Amino acid sequence: MSQNFRLPTGGRVNRAKTINFTFDGRRMSGLEGDTLASALLANGEHLAGRSFKYHRPRGILSAGAEEPNALVGVGADEGHYSPNLRATQVELFEGLVAESQNRSPSLRYDWAGVNNLIWRFIPAGFYYKTFMWPRGAWTKFFEPRIRAMAGLGRAPRAPDATTYAQRYAHCDVLVVGAGPAGLAAALAAVQGGQRVILCDEQNELGGSLLSETDAAIDGIPAVRWLSETIAQLRSAGSVQILTRTTAFGYFPHNMLGLVERLTDHLPGAASGPRERLWQVRAKQVVLAAGEIERPLVFPDNDRPGIMLAGAARIYASRYGVKPGQRAVIVTAHDSAYRAALALYQAGVGIAAIADVRANPQGGWVDLARKAGLPVRAGCTITGTSGRLRVTGADLAPLAADGTVGASERVSCDLLLMSGGFTPSVHLFSQSRGKLVYDEALGAFVPGAPAEDCWVAGACRGVSLLSEVLADGFAKGASAARAAGGGPVPARSFATTQAPATGGGFAGALPHGKNPASVRAFVDFQNDSTAKDIKLAISEGLRSIEHIKRYTTTGMATDQGKISNMNALGIATDVLARPIAQIGTTTFRMPYTPTTFGVFAGYARGDLFDTVRRTPVHHWAQAQGAVFEDVSLWKRARYFPLPGEDMHQAVARECRAVRAAAGIFDASTLGKIEVVGPDAAEFLNRMYVNAWSKLKPGRLRYGLLLREDGFILDDGVIGRMSDECFHVTTTTGGAARVLTMMEDYRQTEFPELKVWLTSTTEQWAVIALQGPKAREILAPFVEGADISHAAMPHMSVVECRVAGVPARLFRVSFTGELGFEINVPADYGRAVWEAIFAAGQPAGLVAYGTETMHVLRAEKGYIIVGQETDGTVTPDDAGLSWAIGKAKPDFVGKRALARAGMGEGVQRKQLVGLLTDDPQVVLEEGAQLVADPAQPPPMTMLGHVTSSYWSATLNRSMALALVKNGRARIGETLHVPMPGRVIRVTITGPVFYDAEGIKLDG
Amino acid sequence: MLLITCPFCGPRPELEFGYAGEAHVVRAQDPREVSDLQWTEYLYQRSNVRGVHAERWRHAHGCAQFFNALRDTTTDHFVATYRIGEPRPDAAVEAGR
Repeated sequence: MSQNFRLPTGGRVNRAKTINFTFDGRRMSGLEGDTLASALLANGEHLAGRSFKYHRPRGILSAGAEEPNALVGVGADEGHYSPNLRATQVELFEGLVAESQNRSPSLRYDWAGVNNLIWRFIPAGFYYKTFMWPRGAWTKFFEPRIRAMAGLGRAPRAPDATTYAQRYAHCDVLVVGAGPAGLAAALAAVQGGQRVILCDEQNELGGSLLSETDAAIDGIPAVRWLSETIAQLRSAGSVQILTRTTAFGYFPHNMLGLVERLTDHLPGAASGPRERLWQVRAKQVVLAAGEIERPLVFPDNDRPGIMLAGAARIYASRYGVKPGQRAVIVTAHDSAYRAALALYQAGVGIAAIADVRANPQGGWVDLARKAGLPVRAGCTITGTSGRLRVTGADLAPLAADGTVGASERVSCDLLLMSGGFTPSVHLFSQSRGKLVYDEALGAFVPGAPAEDCWVAGACRGVSLLSEVLADGFAKGASAARAAGGGPVPARSFATTQAPATGGGFAGALPHGKNPASVRAFVDFQNDSTAKDIKLAISEGLRSIEHIKRYTTTGMATDQGKISNMNALGIATDVLARPIAQIGTTTFRMPYTPTTFGVFAGYARGDLFDTVRRTPVHHWAQAQGAVFEDVSLWKRARYFPLPGEDMHQAVARECRAVRAAAGIFDASTLGKIEVVGPDAAEFLNRMYVNAWSKLKPGRLRYGLLLREDGFILDDGVIGRMSDECFHVTTTTGGAARVLTMMEDYRQTEFPELKVWLTSTTEQWAVIALQGPKAREILAPFVEGADISHAAMPHMSVVECRVAGVPARLFRVSFTGELGFEINVPADYGRAVWEAIFAAGQPAGLVAYGTETMHVLRAEKGYIIVGQETDGTVTPDDAGLSWAIGKAKPDFVGKRALARAGMGEGVQRKQLVGLLTDDPQVVLEEGAQLVADPAQPPPMTMLGHVTSSYWSATLNRSMALALVKNGRARIGETLHVPMPGRVIRVTITGPVFYDAEGIKLDG
Repeated sequence: MLLITCPFCGPRPELEFGYAGEAHVVRAQDPREVSDLQWTEYLYQRSNVRGVHAERWRHAHGCAQFFNALRDTTTDHFVATYRIGEPRPDAAVEAGR
């Protein structure tokens, strides 16, 4: 097809450069500088999509970000496919592949178009009403059908093949929008000596000036003024200019989110990121976001070929495209006359200008009349004809009292409408600035700002070019001054005086037909009509927020850019309350749809989240360890031999530790060095235990509560010297514990001389456990006697292990003779490998976290977060022996004295469980009851906290929290599970070596 | 993202900070002296104000210090930030300057 609707001259397209593209597989061509929409129109194509609910054929309505209809999927392959792009914003490039959406099998023949015939049965809110049917009707009938029928684009079928960048930026003045107001603001801010960022969503700066063919500014044509101004800004050196960059969100304290589109407009496989997220913190912001034209609401106002008047003018003057042969214009605003004149000069026949106002007057009206265009004052539109393209408009006289006369069909292939303009207050409103309703303008405009921002030009209702420029300059100067710049003298801009414009209409036009029989669309993208809004109000919804949600008006991807004011206008008519009282719905980010990719940025794949690896990680990996995630750490869970499953591997590891020795990587334990003259006193106040009398060289199990008396963390603490403690925490609790300690140190006990340092990453911790642990370790130790007499259980010594300085702990989390060897992290792997090799003749095995869990559970040692859940006291966990009873205070002590926390209350207590059938392993989290025959709701006595197969006992075992559990030892309880009830006997929580003999080997 | 003025380091983005709850909730000098009810209030009762709220922040990824701030919960604007131990600045005076 060959651009039959391209004008012979004019526009900013490059006529020397033809661009080939496909739309729904059809090959077409356009010119460099086209958007997909302008190229389609140049080829005479208005039909661009099917509507969301009724599958009505829809055409290109606008020429910008507000486009509700012409949504397309773009991308040559699935890895580069993006759905729901506005054809009006997609830049044309060689080889562009675009497809229409929500149609099957094709745009012209869509079987779901049947929805358009049954529309009476699917009014607003029908979706909610389907919930009133039995549940089966929703899940089996309504939901699958609604999902199949409704919708916009489809998700890509392959992962995103592109990359995204992110950066932060600071500036003195951020100017959003580079139309005349924004450009003038940037000029002023630069003159005030400020660092400026100027961004605009389009491919080139200029905004409305890009389609300005008449005006001159300061004596030169507007387009020349534009290029000179851009050159001036570029040469200033203090302006960062960002094109193809949408300011999508206004966040607190003058931070704005911008998305810069870097490669989507380039042909072929682009190098570098597709988009860049800018998070800009600006001292001052100037919003110059412009305005958006409103459609008129009349029956069948949505056929292809029906367009906003201003958009048609942009296509003619900026893109050199004739959007039709014969146009009817329906308007309530003077600007449509300007569009009519522009199209008339481009060779479009003007069949009629129907103005709903009784007596339109003004410069543009006069010019149109002078040109001989047929103006019909006091004229409305009652309907349209045509299926895939509009073929006629029904125009009828509109009397002052609102009665509509007999209609006359006027044939046309282009129907333009203008209901006036809505200032783009989205970002201002997002910043929590108050909007005020301007009666004269018929629009919400920015009122008092909540942030350091200034609003300039059309987005606050200024429309005349000379005033827009002056307003922009003044706001730019104010922003520069407020940001700390020098004063900038006021500047005026001489423009050839284009006539002023006025007028506007919000609501539904009178049409004189039975309202039940027509559909006049308000929200094109969500297919909601004037009738839907009236229905919502008649069903009792009053708040505009409720009406919005019930009818979904304004809830599509365009967020009601063109529809909100008309919806308000209809509501104000029906409710007989002024718009100012009804108010407007809340504007939310993003201004236009934004890719998930740009938010994810670099955080994908391996970089999705921080991964912490121990010094022994790669050794374990080479041994074939299976890893699990514990907070951000990767921990070896078990080390399977060839052919072993987890159960077999864990059973083998457990037997080896109990019979010989095992080596375990405990480097992930949190470690905090607590140092200072008051270190012991500080720990006295933090932990439940008494620390003052702990001698250097000794270890103690420490228990940490929250101030409410419940267990927060635990760990072994070693006293290295009078003033130095080596504190260990749980793997997941390290940061939490340090933060809490710092909090008390800084804010509650500032008088204590104590310093806290995280040393988690500094130490590798090698646990060597089992009856042969000492004989394996002994040859490596220099400078210490590790015999039982010299180094009993719960002691620590500084020495050298394998030649490396070490803090050697004699400690056990398995119940066996054990050591934990702390060495500087960089030596961790070398020491580990040396010990592992030397231990092989003795039967040493590496074991993982699963075996560690089984072995500690056999001993009844708790895991914080497994046996505890934030409601467990020390006594509940059987740990009241740890509490230093003589201490006046520690964190949580006062709470333990509250009623309900201690004696005389049937609290849940830690016990052991043995199933009657030793082969049955309970599920962790399973509930315990006394009477399995009790009808629900059953009396639940507690739950299983840990449950394992024990190779040592050759049977299953479990730990549980059970109400009054210690008094129930010996009792039988029941665990109801799907299809069966499991009988269990309550025991003490220690299943292995209750006397603790094995701790000494 | 909020811009928070650490009293030690100056204005920094919210990312560097951790929130630490209401400020000026006093832990009794000797908790044994207070009643169960008073302790319960210390543990759980918070003012949840609409308007200027005194709260604690920690410059976790900076100087690691806790400090106090007055923030208007209706606007998210900070009225003042000040060091632990300093008295709460008069909110009205701060707001007016």
